[in-house]
Amino acid sequence: MNTVKRILVIVESGETGIKPCAFETVHAARLLADSLGGTVDALCLGLEKAQADSLVHWGADYVKIIENPLFRAVTLEQALLIIEPLVNSEKPYAVLFSATTHGKELAASLSAKLNVGLATDCISIEVGEQGEIMVRRPVYAGKAISHLILQGSGPHLLSLRQNVFRGSSPDTSRIGKVELLDLNIPDDQLVLKIQDVVRETGSQLDVTEARVIVSGGLGMQQRENFKLLEDLALVLQGAVGASRPVVDNGWRKYSNQIGQTGRTVQPDLYIACGISGAVQHLAGMSAAKCIVAINKDANAPIFSVADYGIVGDALEILPLITEEFRRALGSAN
Amino acid sequence: MRILVCVKQVIDTAARIELKDHKVDGAGLARVLNPYDEFALEEALRIRERNPETEVILVSLGPECFRDTLRAGLAMGADRAVHLLDPLFAEVDSLTTAYLLGQAATSLGFDLIFCGRQAVDDDMAQIGPAVAVYLQIPCITVLTKLEFSEDWDRVVATRQIEGGSEIIESPLPVLCTCQKGLNQPRLPSLKGIMAAKKKEIEIIDANALAFAPNERCAPAATLNQTRLSLPDRRGKRKIIDGSTNDAVMQLVKILREQEKVV
Repeated sequence: MNTVKRILVIVESGETGIKPCAFETVHAARLLADSLGGTVDALCLGLEKAQADSLVHWGADYVKIIENPLFRAVTLEQALLIIEPLVNSEKPYAVLFSATTHGKELAASLSAKLNVGLATDCISIEVGEQGEIMVRRPVYAGKAISHLILQGSGPHLLSLRQNVFRGSSPDTSRIGKVELLDLNIPDDQLVLKIQDVVRETGSQLDVTEARVIVSGGLGMQQRENFKLLEDLALVLQGAVGASRPVVDNGWRKYSNQIGQTGRTVQPDLYIACGISGAVQHLAGMSAAKCIVAINKDANAPIFSVADYGIVGDALEILPLITEEFRRALGSAN
Repeated sequence: MRILVCVKQVIDTAARIELKDHKVDGAGLARVLNPYDEFALEEALRIRERNPETEVILVSLGPECFRDTLRAGLAMGADRAVHLLDPLFAEVDSLTTAYLLGQAATSLGFDLIFCGRQAVDDDMAQIGPAVAVYLQIPCITVLTKLEFSEDWDRVVATRQIEGGSEIIESPLPVLCTCQKGLNQPRLPSLKGIMAAKKKEIEIIDANALAFAPNERCAPAATLNQTRLSLPDRRGKRKIIDGSTNDAVMQLVKILREQEKVV
């Protein structure tokens, strides 16, 4: 089969425009398309045309936009009604999603609609010597890695873990084609309705999107002490994470929980404070590029996965670290 | 109201995963009800407390040993259980699993289906939405709150999205996938455990679902697992000694200049 392989990216956007994870997914699609001699299509719902260029700069050849502002908060049902026919008519070899709440449910639904395979939360995509595509994805929250090979004509559905496929910088000289699709879904076909979208207050970033996570365990001793983590996260422009017992105690929200029954994350830097390192927690954060552990107990399992450790009381050390970073980064925070 | 709760048996999250011939060596590891399915079951039980006309049925597809997990769910309070059990189900892929769960759901009848947000073994998060597609019903994933209209025919669901939450309204029937934050699952009481022994676990085989593996057309694209590996991470394990002040200064310097992560 010598037809050009097309990679379709479903671009996720929010109130503030295209989400950073969408650029990562476009970037990953570009690398894959280059290895296959293929092209990258990007589909965006509810975006303005002016924003399309940035997708081209990150690697899209064709950008398809549905400008309808109603699609800024799109239900699973609406997304399927738009995407399924498009995939059927354009026959992409692979469809790439960001492994977000929306991306994952859309990919899973589409796999059933199209009767094709799915790999959720991929952390690598490679093309082998015979042109075969291989992906890896964590299972058991990262306690093991599953290696998969794509077989058949497609479309193969892949959702990509956030923070893993970051490119260095966009190429502003790239040129692509931007096309406006005129699509409307009659309301009477729809049963799901979004009543509201609520932003979490007080938090900087979602843990799955953050490059730096400052995370606390029972060693933080009480809810109020998480302020120390928030201070450091603010200076590092990161997010605050927590271990399961902390969430079970009601000190932090579930969306902060890192681990096998919480969120699995892959930041550049993970600072574990007062976290002993239960096996479920280690599963959720061990893929971080650099891990720092601060714990009173020199024998805590967290030190076995850490790159750097300080044995001591996190409550005492955290303000010093925040101060030192603030000084070093010359930040006014 | 009839609520179906789809459940799976998984390896206990406290277990370390070891491999044997590129597969998970599950021998001797404890098996539990998938933690996310506990939230699904708990939510169903709470609805039954508010609406006594409710029946809660567990549905699971898996080998003989899944019976223990169904028993555990019955001990928590489910009314009865349905076990999709047949040698022909042994090697089915996840879409076929979803298809079969959908077939079983159709024959049982339902107003509401709950699943866990994902099974904590394969972490695919595929079954719930796929079952909804096969049943042609709406699907809301990763619920943290569920409310009903007065006449119990509509739901308003709050679910987690990155950096916030979304509030979605749907008529029944609907399939919801559940997660932590939704409720606090109960522990089975002694009375519950005793009562569970008398509750029915109905077995549904391939024949009852009119399932012939060859009849389902093969997917046009598949992702086949070639092997499993263990993550290769080992920390550098450098303990920074010295006075607290010195250690902190050194750490910040390393993170900025050597690791370049800040």
